[in-house]
Amino acid sequence: MLTPEYIKAVIQKNMDCVFIEIKGDDGTHFEAIIVSDIFDDLSKVKQHQKVYDALDGMMKQELHALSIKTYTASQWGKIQHGDN
Amino acid sequence: MSIEDKINSLIENNKILLFMKGSPKFPQCGFSSLACQILTACDANYETVDVLQDQDIREGIKTFSNWPTIPQLYINKEFVGGADIIREMYESGELAKVISGT
Repeated sequence: MLTPEYIKAVIQKNMDCVFIEIKGDDGTHFEAIIVSDIFDDLSKVKQHQKVYDALDGMMKQELHALSIKTYTASQWGKIQHGDN
Repeated sequence: MSIEDKINSLIENNKILLFMKGSPKFPQCGFSSLACQILTACDANYETVDVLQDQDIREGIKTFSNWPTIPQLYINKEFVGGADIIREMYESGELAKVISGT
């Protein structure tokens, strides 16, 4: 069964993350929060495309439902400090 | 007509176009259902393409947009995003702005 740990490892192998969290324990539906410096100055679409690239074809195979939230490091800092 | 031409013509002829699984009345997936609910909440006058009815479009749109999942929203010929981005833009008010500009 597909696990959050495995998805996290695949993404981390293929892109540098400041922070990454993958949730989901039913083997099918997962939620990701990913913070990376490579997202700077990219549109949301391009940020998500980077994540899909890092998933290395998994979306076409075993992984069907992954909700993605992406943040730049500075956006993430603001969220962490609650002043967003 | 190639599948790319077919998708291009769909996008050019519909200002707000959602590629989805099922129809707005009978969505076949939670993410597609969410996208429809949001577009309706924004009073969007949108058209849909049911990718479950056309295997070529179902695969073709993924290559066309370089996006592996359905739903996919196009507004004014531009790819806006999938369910997560649609939701984020709805919550921030950005989607309503883009829609009112169509």
